[in-house]
Amino acid sequence: MIFVTVGTQLPFDRLIQAVDEWAGDQRETNVFAQTGAGTYQPSHISSSEFLGVSDFNSRVENADLLISHAGMGSIITAMENSKPIVLIPRLAKFGEHRNDHQLATVSKFRKLSNVFVAENETELPNVIKQALASQVSYVQDELASRRALISSISSFIGAPEPIPAAQLRRTV
Amino acid sequence: MKSFSRKKKTVKKVLAVASGGGHWVQLLRLQDAFQACDCAYLSVDKEYAHAVAPSRFYYVPDANRDTKLKLLFSSLKILLIVLWERPNVVISTGAAHGYLAIRFAKMIGAKTMFIDSIANAEKLSLSGELATSHADLMLTQWPELSNGHNIQYRGSVL
Repeated sequence: MIFVTVGTQLPFDRLIQAVDEWAGDQRETNVFAQTGAGTYQPSHISSSEFLGVSDFNSRVENADLLISHAGMGSIITAMENSKPIVLIPRLAKFGEHRNDHQLATVSKFRKLSNVFVAENETELPNVIKQALASQVSYVQDELASRRALISSISSFIGAPEPIPAAQLRRTV
Repeated sequence: MKSFSRKKKTVKKVLAVASGGGHWVQLLRLQDAFQACDCAYLSVDKEYAHAVAPSRFYYVPDANRDTKLKLLFSSLKILLIVLWERPNVVISTGAAHGYLAIRFAKMIGAKTMFIDSIANAEKLSLSGELATSHADLMLTQWPELSNGHNIQYRGSVL
């Protein structure tokens, strides 16, 4: 299954329409999209505006591929679940976000082994193909910088040092 | 419940604040920093409570600069929560709710820390910029955005 998400805040019709058209072309029926409060009505894929946390998590777990806006929630979720993810950055010029910080996000995170970036909707079909062909089995969770941040928070609080990094918990 | 009654003085009370989506996911990745504390959470989705149970969880509806009345309502609710919780430390991974919680926390003398989202790789977020002059410790998750003074880099959630 392919799971598409636009995140919790804003709709992203350009992404939903591009995936919908791709699914129509490919006769791909096993696609589910969380669309936000957009105006575009997809005709080739099933969708819901918002999903509860447990529904969202189980759709991620069962997905072969995630397609998303370039939001950190999606990127971290994909990493923690070792799923390939296709990102399209939201652009301010289309009213998709307040500014273009998602361009910076994709340029920083495209080096992750499970991240595939489509700069725009025309690149999407090729990037989806590439991502589906990828063999993402495990994504390295870089613990060193996270451990540093956690221990700096602990000392700011004035609390005892936290547990060793090997035991750092996942969020989902 | 008994376990929620006031603990002995050495246990720090922390209020951890995050907006939805990526802000919340980043806060959860830092949860281990709060394990020796009496930590309460504040966020924008009631369902998030499950992720941090049995810790106390406060729901405050999402709001931003475009929804002024909701923002006023949410601000009041955040103020009441800060007054009720009386935390020693307030920590936020953004955005607007975190900024507000930090402003109110300063009024009761709590220590405050704002961690700008890792999404902001080229410049601080607006709430991060606003929080910079109020938080006791303002962190970016990108070394190149640190100025070595009031905006520091100490690591990241990834």
